[in-house]
Amino acid sequence: MSDRVDLRAVGLFGLVALLFVGTGILQSWNVALTILNMGLISAIMALGVNMQWGYAGLFNVGIMGFVALGGLGAVLVSMPPDTEAIAAGGGRVLGGLLLGAVTIIAAIFAWRRGGRHAGWLMVAVLIAGFFLYRAMLDPGVEAIEAVSPANRGSIGGLGLPVLLSWPVGGLLAAGAAWVIGKTALGLRSDYLAIATLGIAEIIIAMMKNEDWLARGVKNVIGVPRPVPYEVDLQRTQSFQDLAARFGADTVTASAIAVKLAYAGLFAVVLLILIWLTQAALASPWGRMMRAIRDNEVAAEAMGKDVTRRHLQIFVLGSAVLGLAGAMMVTFDGQLTPTSYQPLRYTFLIWVMVIVGGSGNNWGAVLGGFLIWWLWVEVEPLGVLLMQGITAGMAEGSWLKSHLLDAAAHMRLLTMGVILLLVLRFSPRGLLPEK
Amino acid sequence: MEPLHALVTLANFVIVPAVAYGSQLALGALGVTLIYGILRFSNFAHGDTMAFGTMAVILTTWGLQSAGIGFGPLPTALLALPVGIAVAAALLLGTDRVVYRFYRDKKAVPVTFVIASLGVMFVYNGFTRFVIGVDDQRFADGARFLVSARGFRDATGLDEPLVIKSTQAITVVVAVVVVAVLFWFLNRTRTGKSMRAYSDNEDLALLSGINPERVVTYTWLIVAGLATIAGTLYGLDKSFKPFTYFQLLLPIFAAAIVGGLGSPIGAIAGGFVIAFAEVTITYPLKKVLGYFLPESLAPDGLVQLLSTDYKFAVSFMILIIVLLIRPTGLFRGKSV
Repeated sequence: MSDRVDLRAVGLFGLVALLFVGTGILQSWNVALTILNMGLISAIMALGVNMQWGYAGLFNVGIMGFVALGGLGAVLVSMPPDTEAIAAGGGRVLGGLLLGAVTIIAAIFAWRRGGRHAGWLMVAVLIAGFFLYRAMLDPGVEAIEAVSPANRGSIGGLGLPVLLSWPVGGLLAAGAAWVIGKTALGLRSDYLAIATLGIAEIIIAMMKNEDWLARGVKNVIGVPRPVPYEVDLQRTQSFQDLAARFGADTVTASAIAVKLAYAGLFAVVLLILIWLTQAALASPWGRMMRAIRDNEVAAEAMGKDVTRRHLQIFVLGSAVLGLAGAMMVTFDGQLTPTSYQPLRYTFLIWVMVIVGGSGNNWGAVLGGFLIWWLWVEVEPLGVLLMQGITAGMAEGSWLKSHLLDAAAHMRLLTMGVILLLVLRFSPRGLLPEK
Repeated sequence: MEPLHALVTLANFVIVPAVAYGSQLALGALGVTLIYGILRFSNFAHGDTMAFGTMAVILTTWGLQSAGIGFGPLPTALLALPVGIAVAAALLLGTDRVVYRFYRDKKAVPVTFVIASLGVMFVYNGFTRFVIGVDDQRFADGARFLVSARGFRDATGLDEPLVIKSTQAITVVVAVVVVAVLFWFLNRTRTGKSMRAYSDNEDLALLSGINPERVVTYTWLIVAGLATIAGTLYGLDKSFKPFTYFQLLLPIFAAAIVGGLGSPIGAIAGGFVIAFAEVTITYPLKKVLGYFLPESLAPDGLVQLLSTDYKFAVSFMILIIVLLIRPTGLFRGKSV
């Protein structure tokens, strides 16, 4: 890396740091830390997408799905198990899922070995298997969902420490990515885009409707935390003394302390990931990846198995996305499937990667922080702007109230304009690849 | 009479809605496939283009309604369509001028266009929400039913009703007219032929003196028309909500790919394949099967293969099957 680029990176990161410090001083440190924590998670998501796009040129527009699967992983690992519900229908559900898996394996077997009527055989296996699967699964699902549905009605989780759920979230996302990659990679690039777009919608639909799994739209709340609760901190004498020494009241101090603890955890994960990705990029493997991205035909001629490498990097990048998803659910303390919107979880991450600089890990991280800060802050800024514009208008006029109401939608417009401007005038991003 | 009842039930709950929905998808997919064929990228902003055009139609409709202008039994929105198309065309041509032309001159790779279309999508999306908000808007007026439940029962004496909403009938009629005009244009006119030539072989088309910018301009104009009409028909039939239009992107793309990207005929076929599959698989078939099968074999459950919330899964599964078995689509589209 040349010195000039280094300076540029340091300067840009300094600028972003200033934005966060400014938020802390002008608004509140609590807000600044909340944005910072989500910024750290966004940076990890951007790293994952950068692995797929920047290293290998894979166009994944199903980020939302992988992130949501990670969140599901967090719930399934960390929530306490609901023994009553599992006793009521757990066996049937497990049997149904196994039956589903057997059906798919049998269908693949039929397709490969079926001889002349392979297609028909596969369809027959799939149809028969589907009805068997539903017959097995449905009563179990009903039994589980009938167990006091108002506040339980799901299988719960394994009751393990929540930190353990982070890698599990990654694994879940990686599994889904493997299935998608197996079908859509090797075909033209647009097909991967559409396939990932589809799988993301299906994952969200599944999480909204399969109440037995994670309560669906009834949401899971109270996901265990890896850090202490604010109320517990406020009660301990040593923390009260500490807060007094800083001259802050205990409530604010406890909120900030908890967020700092999260920030520390997330920062450790981010640093480990940056270290790993940078090492991978500099290794022979990273060079091979870039060679494949820049010229697939030449790389293939050199004996590289392009489709296999693509599958590998697609699974790895999706695992990082799942990890970030699990971290986000841990930070929020709840899983709300309805909050997963493609503009927020798929396309915003893309803006981060493109603006930051695709192919450059530091660029992706920078984009994650910067765009997340903008995403949060554009709304109040938009309201301010609208108040300025409408200041001269008559009180209670139709246009004035409409403009003030609509200010909240400014962020989408802003993100689009930023993406288009960067793509046009600085197509390699703020921190270009070397 | 039993099989007849089964047919009527099937027509009422599956065939009529699926034909209407399929026409809307086909019009949407035609837009996607034309952009793919001429400009050679997958336009992610298409759903929001539809939303934008429909918004212009809705605003015009409201204006007409408040001025007391109606269209008799037909929805006023049909009168507002030309205005909506003009607004959408202005927007698309402006976008092309500001965004896409630059990359075209630079001969950028297709994926750059796709990413640019993501930015365009954000802008359109934000703009639509800015003007009309995120809520449901209903703007259908005029007669509600072409065939009402009671009218059908009185006319035929059957127990099962058949309902055809006037919006469904209008959808199909308009779609047939639009498709006929489009194919006449593509196959009979000079401009249409030059568009097809450009789509088939860019170099040869340039060599024979076809002006690429002219072809691109016509493409955007046609796409504006198709998107606005598709969006308005969908909004009349169901309701207008910007986010729903964004979500339509998936079935529309699925339709275009299933039919074969770049093939207009394929887009239409794909639209109907997706629509019929979606409606059939998410509709509880108990009643239909109950009429067809003898008493002893009648199903106990609803025979709803998938809950309606999984309708995206249907388009997706069809897409995957087609990708695995015939990656170029049913009608041999482009596979670059």
